[in-house]
Amino acid sequence: MKVLMALSGGVDSSVAAAELLRAGHEVVGITMRLWGGDSDTGCCSVADVDDARRVAQQLGIDHLVFNFTEDFDRHVVQPYVDAHRDGLTPNPCIECNRHLKFHRLSERADLLGFDAVATGHHARIIEHDGARYVARGEDMAKDQSYVVHMLPQRELARTLFPIGGMTKALVRERATALGLRTAAKPDSQDVCFITHDGGRTAFLGSRIPFRPAQVVDAVDGAPLGQVESVEMVTLGQRRGIGLIGGGPKRYVVDIDHATATVKVGDESLLLRDEMVVHQMAWAHQPYCGAVLVQCSAHGATQPATITVAGDTVQVQWASPQRRVSPGQSVVFYDPTDTFVLGGGIAG
Amino acid sequence: MSGYTYLDHAATTPMRAEAVAVMLPFLSEQFANPSGSHRFAREARKAIDEARDLVAGLLGCLPGEVIFTSGGTEADNTAILGTLARRGGTVVCPAAEHHAVLECVHQAHGHVVATTVTGAVDLDALAFTLDTTPDVSVVSVMAVNNEVGSINDIAAVARVVRRHAPGAVFHTDAVQAPSWLDLRTITPHVDHLSLSAHKFGGPKGVGVLVARDGTAFQPSLIGGGQERERRSGTHNVGGIVAMAEALRITDEQRSAELPRLAALRDRLVDSIVAAVPGVHETVPRDHKVAGSAHLCIEGIENEALLFLLDEAAVCASAASACAAGAMEPSHVLAAMGVPRELAGGALRLTLGATTTEADVDRGADVVVQAIRTLRRDGRS
Repeated sequence: MKVLMALSGGVDSSVAAAELLRAGHEVVGITMRLWGGDSDTGCCSVADVDDARRVAQQLGIDHLVFNFTEDFDRHVVQPYVDAHRDGLTPNPCIECNRHLKFHRLSERADLLGFDAVATGHHARIIEHDGARYVARGEDMAKDQSYVVHMLPQRELARTLFPIGGMTKALVRERATALGLRTAAKPDSQDVCFITHDGGRTAFLGSRIPFRPAQVVDAVDGAPLGQVESVEMVTLGQRRGIGLIGGGPKRYVVDIDHATATVKVGDESLLLRDEMVVHQMAWAHQPYCGAVLVQCSAHGATQPATITVAGDTVQVQWASPQRRVSPGQSVVFYDPTDTFVLGGGIAG
Repeated sequence: MSGYTYLDHAATTPMRAEAVAVMLPFLSEQFANPSGSHRFAREARKAIDEARDLVAGLLGCLPGEVIFTSGGTEADNTAILGTLARRGGTVVCPAAEHHAVLECVHQAHGHVVATTVTGAVDLDALAFTLDTTPDVSVVSVMAVNNEVGSINDIAAVARVVRRHAPGAVFHTDAVQAPSWLDLRTITPHVDHLSLSAHKFGGPKGVGVLVARDGTAFQPSLIGGGQERERRSGTHNVGGIVAMAEALRITDEQRSAELPRLAALRDRLVDSIVAAVPGVHETVPRDHKVAGSAHLCIEGIENEALLFLLDEAAVCASAASACAAGAMEPSHVLAAMGVPRELAGGALRLTLGATTTEADVDRGADVVVQAIRTLRRDGRS
């Protein structure tokens, strides 16, 4: 096959490219230029593009850079900013995968005559009952099926995850054996457009007006203090809400965005029996019944039963669970915790 | 390069065989440092002095006004930032300048003036800016635009500068000019002028700053003062000698090459425009140099187009690339008022001394096929 390999400049995609070559594919490396502003973390800095290009040269494949900064801004950065303004907690990496890697890039790959797009994600694609599904990667500690959960059949048919069947240790071992310069490069952890220096606060603060919020007791409404911005507060948060230490642990259990009120209280107040998930993306078709639910990139799964109503899913937890921040991605796995049925956004 | 169709001469053009020939001895037996005091040094010094005389003659300036640099960017930077550092004041340039000028102007918080739809400086806007901006010490206007090939009438620009900013140094980035314009018609009108050898068949890493006697500027590089205290660093002897030879041949062949390459350019553009709809010539042919074809193509993205051209062994370009190698939206097309959507389909095909009829015919075929592929025309 003729495969367009997304090279980020990290070790996973480097080895993925090598694996594709080993399997006999015709491979062209591509690095997406996504963020045009300051960056010291995540992907797509000039140094990372250098690494990607050097790896491509080592492997003897062509390497190009595609400038998707405008798409990235439109589909990832601006929605990220808007979501915070609206009191949501978005996951920009998932939106990047949804709109950039598995839409913009794969559409272009198709136009340019490629049979498939490959990435270095730790996930697999399996066939089950005549349909394709994203499945967990071999290395559970590094599994990234959560962040690529949104792939529909059309994308699943033209996507490859060459290292999904490998452990991270094996990936690094392979990179070392091949002499790839990325072999010992640390994993990127952070959102690529947020710098270490300023963090989320500086990034958002220069783009949206922060509104000071009252912190009150969730039970009796007694005022407890103030925070500088309601936009920066997340459900379940314990620190940075201006409470004096000592006493029982108190969590942010509710945020009234309209009145800029942050309610704090005992952890038990966070627990819910149900949850609603919007903007569902199903791998194959809507599914009702028992599932395992994952609500963050490396969070544990919890059993639940789901029912579908249009674009919305009603989640009935097997046992009460902490509230999930609105805007977070919620992913449903089959009861054996093997593959992704679908996912959406917590309401 | 065999098997390739090279239509990217504005990016760089192959070295002239004669330039390579005169350069080679300086990479081997004639290795001496020309600033030395022995006979080998004197030989190298003689080669540089002769090259300087030759370049000055081809430019129409005095040998003492020719400063050898590491290329066009250094020359532009020195002309602008060096003048500002010495004289103070501010700088004015049109919006379609090369980044080597534009970034200097931005760094110095200078003033950027509008261009016309052809990419040339708007002389009325320039006059207005010069009239209303106090203490303009540098005006920089390129001779030929590197992206779209449009020509600024440097004599006419000079008249505006002299009238509206009589005290200012007038600099022209003439990096794209030597293959197409007689530099003797440009140099007399300016105080500073920049050239880059690899744009006219010389090697990379060497260029010229012409600095009219009496214009004071702070050198970009200080140290040994090798270029009469206006530029330091050991001379790139072979590069300088080869550049002079390349300029000599370029000048000698220009009058014969212009009609030949204009005809090939017309043939290239006409065949593309005739074969597919929605292809626009960015600048009318009578406003630009002979070897430049710049198209804005509806319904395609230039990154995708360049990929297909590259795959078919046709070398072309679109706008300039960032440090990471990604294609940046063109500031030149934006300055000309080309809609963003159309600018995203920009394609630059540039011809040079080695371009043949077979090159342009093959180039046209590949471009047409690529456009059809990207528009999903003629595919099942």
